[in-house]
Amino acid sequence: MTTLLSPARAQGLAEKIAGRLPNGALAIQPACDGVSAIWIAAADLRPVLAALKAPAATSLMLLDLTAIDERDRTHRDGQPQAAFTVVYHVISLTARMDEVRIKVPLGATAPALPSISDLWPNANWYEREAWNLFGIHFHGHPCLRRILTPPTWTGYPLRRDHHARATEMPPYSLTEEHEAREQDAMRFDPSAWGMRRHSDHSDFMFLNLGPNHPSVHGVFRIALQLEGERIVDAVPDIGFHHRGAEKMGERQSWHSYIPYTDRVDYLGGVMNNFPYVMAVETLAGITVPPRAQMIRVMLAELFRIASHLVFYGTMAQDVGQLSPVFYMFTDRERVFGIIEAICGFRMHPAWFRIGGVAMDLPEGWEGLVRAFLHDLPGRLDEYDAMVMRNPIFRARTKGIGAYTTAEAIEWGVTGPGLRATGLAWDYRRHAPYACYDQLEFDIPTGANGDCYDRIAVHVEEIRQSLRIIRQCVDNMPAGPVKADHPLTTPPPKARTMHDIETLIHHFLGVSWGPVIPPGEARASIEATKGVNTYTLISDGGTTSYRTRIRTPSFAHLQMIPLLSRGIMIADLIAILGSIDFVMADVDR
Amino acid sequence: MTYPALSAIILTPLVILGLATVLTWVERRLLGVWQDRYGPNRVGPGGMFQAVADGTKILFKQDWIPPFADRGIFVAAPAIGMMTVLLAFAAIPLTMGTGIAGDMNVGLLFILGMMGLGVYAVVLAGWSSNSKYALLGGMRAAAQMISYEVFMGLSVLGVVMMAGSFNLRAIVAAQAGVWFIIPQCLGFGVFMLAGIAQTHRLPFDLPEGENELGAGFHTEYSGMKFGMFFIAEYAGIILVSSLVTTLYLGGWRGPFLPPAVWSALKTGGVVVFFILLRAGLPRPRYDQLMALGWKILLPLSLFNVMATGTILMLRAS
Repeated sequence: MTTLLSPARAQGLAEKIAGRLPNGALAIQPACDGVSAIWIAAADLRPVLAALKAPAATSLMLLDLTAIDERDRTHRDGQPQAAFTVVYHVISLTARMDEVRIKVPLGATAPALPSISDLWPNANWYEREAWNLFGIHFHGHPCLRRILTPPTWTGYPLRRDHHARATEMPPYSLTEEHEAREQDAMRFDPSAWGMRRHSDHSDFMFLNLGPNHPSVHGVFRIALQLEGERIVDAVPDIGFHHRGAEKMGERQSWHSYIPYTDRVDYLGGVMNNFPYVMAVETLAGITVPPRAQMIRVMLAELFRIASHLVFYGTMAQDVGQLSPVFYMFTDRERVFGIIEAICGFRMHPAWFRIGGVAMDLPEGWEGLVRAFLHDLPGRLDEYDAMVMRNPIFRARTKGIGAYTTAEAIEWGVTGPGLRATGLAWDYRRHAPYACYDQLEFDIPTGANGDCYDRIAVHVEEIRQSLRIIRQCVDNMPAGPVKADHPLTTPPPKARTMHDIETLIHHFLGVSWGPVIPPGEARASIEATKGVNTYTLISDGGTTSYRTRIRTPSFAHLQMIPLLSRGIMIADLIAILGSIDFVMADVDR
Repeated sequence: MTYPALSAIILTPLVILGLATVLTWVERRLLGVWQDRYGPNRVGPGGMFQAVADGTKILFKQDWIPPFADRGIFVAAPAIGMMTVLLAFAAIPLTMGTGIAGDMNVGLLFILGMMGLGVYAVVLAGWSSNSKYALLGGMRAAAQMISYEVFMGLSVLGVVMMAGSFNLRAIVAAQAGVWFIIPQCLGFGVFMLAGIAQTHRLPFDLPEGENELGAGFHTEYSGMKFGMFFIAEYAGIILVSSLVTTLYLGGWRGPFLPPAVWSALKTGGVVVFFILLRAGLPRPRYDQLMALGWKILLPLSLFNVMATGTILMLRAS
């Protein structure tokens, strides 16, 4: 156990589940991250989850739902026999650090489970994802179709026997029938999405918003059913940005996967490295020295500011205000100036390392950061006057796209979108990681959960991040920036020229990469947009056996149909802006 | 027809087109200044020839008409837009003596009429493009421009009542004492808002609404046909600005400088104000814009007409 994650995780949920099981759990699997996994039989799944949720409907969130292909795995001591495992990650928003993983073993042929999308509506997309990538069928799912790959895709990409590289396939060719099939699949059929072409008194217009529309912030398509300019229904279509980040995790060494994480939430930079390296460190049992912890937190908060500034500017742009985005990008440039001085790179520094960070802070970093801390608050006040207090801006965002705390929890909304509803829930408080337990900051909240509140929460979070960074600068501890541990990357080199064992270990450490002991670990952080979780399974090799990335944006986009019924197109654009998503973060 | 009159008829459109082209550069430079960036500064001194470069490029672009468009109307729409704006300029007096038909006795009505016809350009463009985004843009344009035409007409009534004439020269002459912006401040406010809506500029650029509709009514246009919409929009800004100057800012009146310079300065000032609005304000929603018109501007302009009439009657008696 490392100091990264508190050893004393609450077990309330786990005990409740154990109490619900008539025949007891199949197995209880301890995990080195302190979140125990309870194995239950497929038949018990729905009763257990329903019973778990019923008394605590407004405090239990289905954080993640994913699958594991167990067929190649060698280290499965104490786990029930399974070809596939479906994992439900449930988190309590009221009890601190109370999380549980529920695992269901499935056979190799036609794996199937009952759907839980009626219990937790956000299970809908997660189940579609598991069906798409693992071929696990969910009975009773309202619309079980491919979500991340094209509808014409064959095979299940995240299964172990599915190829990972183009070179493992025959050369690509597009025959005429194939082309016709692809073209046919692109035709939009409203009835397939439960939409009607006509109502009693009018014909509906179907508008294809995206995938290349200026206001969908990336490659994202929403099929709109319109009556005039009013939206009757909306169907979000994702997957255009899917790059198989999870599959890549199974091919890259533990170390060389770090740069891939940078590009998941491409506005978050090292914020993405954070949960990944934390999960690896948990598996390897590495304790990160305090200076590295503090540097990580400082960099992460700088990236939070950079990401929120982009959000703020583009949000104003989305409702037609041309200028703020330029001011905010100027400020973001200053953040990047600091990040470049520290990391040598701007947007995707890939600067965290297993066991610490790549380098110590450069000379003069303090002055750079302090100057920025001094300048930004004044500019934020100006932006408040220009954007937040602008009457047209308020008219466009107040009361638009509102949802309640209960709805947010039902749909797995975390981050500013959850806090805007009035719930002061922040993963940095829920389960403090790194050195957040030593830092003072407030959790800004809204009241109405509308676009305006979401923006206001973002703006206040920039101020809170400045406060955290100030504390980091004032209290930066001395000491090493990387743990003295053989599994860190790059491995310690000081003694390589003195004894042969160290030289051999170093050679293997840099050529193969570290061999991480078998196990499962999950690390969550409060990323720029909400809870970002990396779940890593090591089978005792140089690569991850399974890399699961739970991103906040994926969950948030699922709410769009709920928010957009009955509003105008212009409101939908404001809502899209206020959700603050990044398509790479959705599709991975 | 006399030689100077002929030359004015030929020269005015050329000058207006030239000004509108230069205005595209002026706007981009000014936006640059206000947004902490440079704007186009590479072509010629200070980037002045950017407009020429853009114009040349757009002239040589493929003149493509989408196969699904209604060809005839699709081609006619930008021409209508351009023509109505240029015709309206005929009635604008630059000074007491210059201008094509500055002395027209229904000059103001003529201009309002031309601006009214300008709606057809946008609506027909949106309709004939036969594309959904263009259609939504055209639909918004129809509602917005026709409504704001009403308020524009009502707002200038106060001026007409005070001057006792639709003749623009007479209106300027009537501002010998005090500019109409002071007694007609309500009408001025309504006229400015209606002017922005008529030229569909930010914050009232809903027919284009790039964040929602891509490019709105001219989504399917490219090459010089798009260029004509573009230039017509900028000519429209100059038109509304010179109308504001003539109706409310005393036209060519001012000390020391020659009248033509005063006219140009005032018009230029209003144009810059238009650009500043674009830099500063977000865009209201479509229904909010209509509500502003019918619930606030209409009563205001009616009140303005009533108050002006009452005061004039009391004064006359």
